[in-house]
Amino acid sequence: MFDAGREASHPERVRSGVIVAGITETELSAADLLHDIGTAADGAVVVFEGRVRDHNEGMKVVGLHYDGYPEMADEVLGQIAGEAIEKYEVSTVGVRHRIGNLAPGEVSLVVAVSAGHRGPAYEASRFVIEELKVWLPIWKKEVYADGSTGWLEGQAASGPAEPEGGP
Amino acid sequence: MTRTFRIAVRLFAGHRESVGASELEVEIDEGSTVEDLRSVLASHPAIGSLLGGAAVALNRRYAESHVVVSEGDEVAIIPPVAGG
Repeated sequence: MFDAGREASHPERVRSGVIVAGITETELSAADLLHDIGTAADGAVVVFEGRVRDHNEGMKVVGLHYDGYPEMADEVLGQIAGEAIEKYEVSTVGVRHRIGNLAPGEVSLVVAVSAGHRGPAYEASRFVIEELKVWLPIWKKEVYADGSTGWLEGQAASGPAEPEGGP
Repeated sequence: MTRTFRIAVRLFAGHRESVGASELEVEIDEGSTVEDLRSVLASHPAIGSLLGGAAVALNRRYAESHVVVSEGDEVAIIPPVAGG
């Protein structure tokens, strides 16, 4: 009965696959994702948080503005998460990226992966962040202490037309 | 005579700031490819000089240069990305 009750409060815990993949304008934390990550067969969960740094190349950063193409970004994140599951045979993957105005220390990105064992979980987590650095249509502008701003130099998503393994 | 149509091109980040608009409209020939669209955009006064390193997305997917752009497609110029 006790176990059945726990299952009922975490209905997604039995489901494998992409738990969540998308863009949000509201506050992010790893805890939100952890709630739904993992199945009873999983012995390993890896969580990655990307946070806003308070400095870059010697400049004090007081804020970061993330611009995005949310409709496409949702699709790209879903594709990358799906690829991670196929490529590393992990059990569940969740990934969310925040856009809008963030302060130093705030969470811009959360990646959570569960698997039977730690190896694939770590590898898949790394895969998700590295792929989104290349493909995710999101841009950031730093706001400096003196009031000036600057768009960060991005990575040209002009290699193959689709993420690896895409249609 | 080749039929033409007008198509809206979505802009983001520095492009949107430089152009001062979140999209611009261009006229292209029916049957134009992504490559053809890029040529038209390259001669546009506001965006022409900013296309280096940018990708083109059609209907929310990165599009290769030979793909044909159809009337009603959702078109976007994707500057080099910087998520994370």
